[in-house]
Amino acid sequence: MREAGNAHKLIDFKLMDSQKTAVLKATNINKYFTEPVRFQVLKDISFEVQKGEFLSIIGKSGCGKSTLLYILSTMDTSYDGTLEVNGQPLTGRSQDQLATFRNEHLGFVFQFHFLLPEFSVLQNVMLPGLKLGKFPTREVEERAYQKLRLVDMHEHALKPSSKLSGGQQQRVAIARALINEPTIIMGDEPTGNLDKANSEMVFDIFREISRTNGQTIITVTHDPDFAAGGDRIIEMSDGKIISHGYEAKI
Amino acid sequence: MNLKIAFNIAQTHLLTKKKQTMVAMLGVTFGIAMFIVMISFMQGVNQFLEDSALDASPHVRIYKQITSDRPSIIETINPDGLNVVHHQKPKQELARIKNGLVIARNIEQQPEVLGVSPQVSTQVFFNVGSVPVPGTLAGVDVMREEKLYRLSQRMKSGTIEDLQSNSNGVILGRLLARKLNLKVGDKVNVTSSTGGTALLRVVGVFSFGIQTVDDARGYVNQAKVQELIQKDANYITDLHIKMKDPMQAIPFGQQLARQYDYKVEDWATANQAILAGEKIRGVMTFVVSFTLLVVAGFGIYNIMNMNVMNKIKDIAILKATGFGGKDVIAIFMIQSIIIGFLGAILGVVIGFSLSYILSITPFDAGDFLAIDTFPVKFDLKYYILGVLFGVITTLLAGYFPSKRAAKIDPVEILRG
Repeated sequence: MREAGNAHKLIDFKLMDSQKTAVLKATNINKYFTEPVRFQVLKDISFEVQKGEFLSIIGKSGCGKSTLLYILSTMDTSYDGTLEVNGQPLTGRSQDQLATFRNEHLGFVFQFHFLLPEFSVLQNVMLPGLKLGKFPTREVEERAYQKLRLVDMHEHALKPSSKLSGGQQQRVAIARALINEPTIIMGDEPTGNLDKANSEMVFDIFREISRTNGQTIITVTHDPDFAAGGDRIIEMSDGKIISHGYEAKI
Repeated sequence: MNLKIAFNIAQTHLLTKKKQTMVAMLGVTFGIAMFIVMISFMQGVNQFLEDSALDASPHVRIYKQITSDRPSIIETINPDGLNVVHHQKPKQELARIKNGLVIARNIEQQPEVLGVSPQVSTQVFFNVGSVPVPGTLAGVDVMREEKLYRLSQRMKSGTIEDLQSNSNGVILGRLLARKLNLKVGDKVNVTSSTGGTALLRVVGVFSFGIQTVDDARGYVNQAKVQELIQKDANYITDLHIKMKDPMQAIPFGQQLARQYDYKVEDWATANQAILAGEKIRGVMTFVVSFTLLVVAGFGIYNIMNMNVMNKIKDIAILKATGFGGKDVIAIFMIQSIIIGFLGAILGVVIGFSLSYILSITPFDAGDFLAIDTFPVKFDLKYYILGVLFGVITTLLAGYFPSKRAAKIDPVEILRG
């Protein structure tokens, strides 16, 4: 009995341990806008995100949550403080190094889908995979089909992306974000432009990949249902985190 | 950087905007086609003039120059004194080259010399009825002249052998024969400046295609001229030298000038007007071609700039999904290169076609030049140069917009 209990504890411990691996660590992030006047958008932001976590950042418009997301995405490099993803410090790296890093470790879903209109659905999904260059074209194509099947868009693979509806484009954008098996998938209002049915579909996909693949999801959203379905909610106001979301869960 | 994806993206961009691609391409095409036509035509003219000058004139000519600008005796003896010598006359001297035939033989033995033709030339009047028409008689060994000037190919009627077999024969220039109203078989009376006269029989008519030659020159046997001006058989006034390589003429002429105390003139000095014209046409060709290519370059620059502005969202997405600045530059540079290269190829084809049409267009230069169509020089070099210019122009024109595209900040675009 005791031994079994110990074993159980051990498993629990391991589970806890794997959950405790921080994939993203932001420390003392400050950011200023200088136009039109100097203004502090982010004030001393520090937080961690665990592996496999489905995190939503909420807050009123202008509270700095999108700005924070773009800093986390490594695209915005003009900030103070340090950012670490997957244990790698990213602050102070060159734009090209960061692009390579994004390609391999980060996936993006934007509010306005942002597919390349001249390319087919399949090509859109394949591009970041081809850029990574880890697999031959044939295999990238196979993987792209697999991701499209995950978002139920495989039947439209050869259509030009401009011929799709908004919800369909957003699902393709998710498939594109997943193509290189990134550690973190970031969403900037991924459901902001979608109707309820499509929003739910997008949410389900996110929930699914976070649970089964152990991929981390960080989204900025206005949608309370979307945020509530995740693991944790960070609430921001006036450039500060007012709730880290641990309290609510307890 | 992965060039294959960059190429794929560039290709897709070009194919989805076919009209815009075509316009950019046609700019290059037009520039290069015009460049090729210009340079082919200008070089054709240059070559034609140079060839006719080189063909009809000796590469090096040695003759005795009779001048009056010799110092007076008193000036040589008393250089510091106050000497006044007014209107000094030239010394009486003969225009002969002493030992001309020996010199000719010596020069002929040089390896770079193709041939030497000793000549006796004199001013004469052709008497046609009561009208004296001035001209020049060149006393030649016609076989040597043949070697130098391929005279037999320039005969309009008669043959050069007829001159050899007829000691009183004369071969007249085409325009001179027309002026004198003479045909093969007719006789003409000539008077030399020293008063001698001779009755000559026309055995042939030649044409070099150069007015100044065809209008004045007649070829006779050397002995006949020597007889006409009452000189001995060694009397030679000119040595005409042809080189194997015309460019060798200038150093060779300088060498001869040091060796012999006679006036030595090479073809470049004798044809300075043609060479000056060549230089002017060269500069003109360069300026016009350069302008054309710059205009084409600006066209591409504009279109590429517009292209980058239109694709600003796509560039932001590419950057967000991990494409670096170099990838973006590659995408747009490849587009420029494709536009430049295809435009250049099309330009070469059109340039060649236009040049060809020009080269078969009839052109009547009158008696001045013997030419039927516009002279056009077809040289692979110009086509390669055109393609090279086109590609370099597009590279430069594409570089700056690409650089700008690479600097686009994705955050600004994606946040909307």
